[in-house]
Amino acid sequence: MIDMQERQGRLEQLVDDLLSEARQQGATAAEAGVSSDAGLSLTVRMGAPETIEHTRDNGLGVTVYFGQRKGSASTSDLSPQAVKETVKAACNFAKYTSEDPCSGLADAELMATELPDLDLYHPWDLPVDEAIEQATRCESAAREEDSRIINSEGATLNTHSGVHVYGNSHGFIGGYPSSRHSLSCAVVGKEGESMQRDYWYTLSRLSGELDSAESVGRIAAQRTVSRLGARRVPTQQAPVLFQADVAVGLLRSFISAIRGSALYRKASFLLDHLDQQIFPEFVQIHEEPRLLRGLASAAYDNEGVATVNRTYISDGVLQSYVLDSYAARKLGLQTTGNAGGVRNLRISCGALDRTALLKKMDRGLLVTELMGQGVNMVTGDYSRGAAGYWVENGVIQYPVEEITIAGNMKEMFMGLQEVGSDVETRSSVQTGSWLIDRMMIAGG
Amino acid sequence: MSDLIQIASDTILAPVGLGESDLDRMLGELTGNAVDAADLYFQSSRLESWVLEDGIIKEGSHNIEQGAGIRVISGDKTGFAYSDELQLPVLLEAAQAARAIVRSGADRAVQIAGRSGGQQLYAPINPLPSLSETDKVELLKRVDAEARKQDPRVKQVIVSLVGAQDVILVAAIDGTLSADVRPLVRLNVHVIVEQNGRREQGSSGGGARDAFDFFLQQERGLGYAREAVRQALVNLEAVEAPAGSMPVVLGPGWPGVLLHEAVGHGLEGDFNRKGTSAFSGRMGEQVASSVCTVVDDGTLPGRRGSLNIDDEGTTSQCTVLIENGILKGYMQDKHNARLMKVDSTGNGRRESYAHLPMPRMTNTYMLAGESDPQEIIASVQKGVYAVNFGGGQVDITSGQFVFSASEAYLIENGKVTKPVKGATLIGNGPEAMTKISMVGNDLKLDAGIGVCGKEGQSVPVGVGQPTLKVDELTVGGTGQ
Repeated sequence: MIDMQERQGRLEQLVDDLLSEARQQGATAAEAGVSSDAGLSLTVRMGAPETIEHTRDNGLGVTVYFGQRKGSASTSDLSPQAVKETVKAACNFAKYTSEDPCSGLADAELMATELPDLDLYHPWDLPVDEAIEQATRCESAAREEDSRIINSEGATLNTHSGVHVYGNSHGFIGGYPSSRHSLSCAVVGKEGESMQRDYWYTLSRLSGELDSAESVGRIAAQRTVSRLGARRVPTQQAPVLFQADVAVGLLRSFISAIRGSALYRKASFLLDHLDQQIFPEFVQIHEEPRLLRGLASAAYDNEGVATVNRTYISDGVLQSYVLDSYAARKLGLQTTGNAGGVRNLRISCGALDRTALLKKMDRGLLVTELMGQGVNMVTGDYSRGAAGYWVENGVIQYPVEEITIAGNMKEMFMGLQEVGSDVETRSSVQTGSWLIDRMMIAGG
Repeated sequence: MSDLIQIASDTILAPVGLGESDLDRMLGELTGNAVDAADLYFQSSRLESWVLEDGIIKEGSHNIEQGAGIRVISGDKTGFAYSDELQLPVLLEAAQAARAIVRSGADRAVQIAGRSGGQQLYAPINPLPSLSETDKVELLKRVDAEARKQDPRVKQVIVSLVGAQDVILVAAIDGTLSADVRPLVRLNVHVIVEQNGRREQGSSGGGARDAFDFFLQQERGLGYAREAVRQALVNLEAVEAPAGSMPVVLGPGWPGVLLHEAVGHGLEGDFNRKGTSAFSGRMGEQVASSVCTVVDDGTLPGRRGSLNIDDEGTTSQCTVLIENGILKGYMQDKHNARLMKVDSTGNGRRESYAHLPMPRMTNTYMLAGESDPQEIIASVQKGVYAVNFGGGQVDITSGQFVFSASEAYLIENGKVTKPVKGATLIGNGPEAMTKISMVGNDLKLDAGIGVCGKEGQSVPVGVGQPTLKVDELTVGGTGQ
């Protein structure tokens, strides 16, 4: 703990040095960020350690403003010499970039003034031997779960912690240590000619909150064997249930579409949709950036602006965009304190668990995996590869693969019938499963 | 080649007071009875990027990274540590951490020999100062103006210009001492067009292991602007794409992303050593129709995916993966090659010193066939002709792969008719390859924009192919 405080102090000094160097080199304003992380990442495969990686990453970045012109530079080198050279490189770029009336630091009066401890730092003092032992238990549980598990990509344990400090020439400086730990497992199953792979993982800021190694392995194995013998379904329109972990992607697409940078570029299918109905009335979407131990928590955003709780969707109606100060100025609005994105977003979840959701769908497709990048943010057109299960009479019938699902996100959002109670908690964007009334399924 | 070692040594080692004897000493720390392989990878890279948006130069940034990665292999176990501080005590500490994977064994001395390589596929230049800052700004502005003057419906233009130089030095206990100086430039144009309230996008770009004037030659930069606008305008007229299984004709060049996904990843050595690929254990078998010959070629001069040496110091080569439909070879790095008792094919690549090398593609393409492209289209009653794509993805175990068309047309009665909206195409790699029934005589490589991601590591790659026909692929449109 002392060690981390020292490191934070050292990084704060570096930020200070960067800002004064920028001032000396003639910048009218500047902002700087410095980070330092260290960790361990190891994989056990087929019962033996496969890779052991000791990671250690440093980074330093500075942006300088000469009036309305800006330049940036970054490096992995934290030496005093690098500070000078990096600032110089940034200043050099500022000679060639254009006057941009919207550029500059966020307004001084918006800077975060209180910086509460959000309890994000829980280092895991895990000896390599014990880490190997945990990963081994995880992989063994997967390999022993079912005789159809014939191969493995291994179990991987990651533990990382670090400090990040940000400061700007308004006099703002903030920094905090944080930690992140995860355990994942991927195995291969075979039955006849069908070979499938799937995975599972657990993730937390606190090692004590990770799921047990055995349960991660078992779920990875169950997910894998349940996909064996997958086949196509005929091309048709049908309801689609997005399992919670893949529904997260839909919620992220919604956020991307109301992000300032997409809006001022006219590159969003939700352009000019403020105060309009985007989801059915039962939908509420909130952001809570200061949640204790939250995966994306922070008291200030990437420009030093205080983060606040925010409602994006109230009774299905769009209440706010996601803005940093640049996009806000472009749009004639005020920043929402979202430089760097949303922090701990959650959609209101209903009472139905997966079994009840399947029953409500009755007949259709349960999607558990999506492939490819077929999401067009300009038009909202959505077309992606999918795998999952075919459902009849509210019960899973057989696994499905080599199909696509397609629609337009505006219609998909309005066609949302139900959000499940089965919340995906391993993400900074949290939701239960989504039942969507109907999409085009292309198959055999 | 020795010149490259000199440049790398001057760039990376000399400024921090390290010499060849220090490399010997570090390698000495890594040796031992149970150690099968070990290497040191030094890297120094500079990257510069510029962004033009709304007609003004909005961003300019510079990045410098340097560091060393230290790897020790025993059997199939790998220990790895890296540092961005190039000081001998720090590096020796990292060497100890990497070495900890092997518990026994006595140290022995290593003398690095140096290896004479030969190929110079690109000049050992630093592209960053190859054009003055004023000329870079001028280039961006001309590209922007070119896009805007194509059509009044162009509402937004974003142009980005990136240049990088990567200097690497590899020393290994097998005696390897190799270096490379790798330039890389890229220019991209993205446009938004609007007509009667409907908005669509188009994008184009290119790049090479060359200096920035690559974009001035043959008006390449201006050409990307025209191409991006053309694509966006085509999309304004696009109707619903069909849904279901049908014949698909893929245009030449960038649609070769099909090969990258459908067979490329599945033929990387690591997956096949572990037996997790749909192609595992199928060497010598028919895995594609007999009109298909696919290679991975790291030796094409100036290409984005090309390498004089890979990141383990092995000279890159042209590897035949599939010949007349028969599976001939996997792509290997040293580690997987050793375990499979074959030679490395020069495909050992890593994103940076902070990442472990693994088998990766370079430039992957299908050789030309004999069909006239017009004949291929004329052979389809009802299907889709896809000429531009976004990214793709593959599940190497089940063989499922997808790639997303960003410009495609209907084929009706042997003729290309209406443009259709972007749609994802999905198939099963080994199965789709056997359904390739016609291969055109118009082999083309992509313009130099490919980035491949694997296990969190990105590397530049190239793809290519002639026009080809797949008798059946699933097209993920919304139309009946």
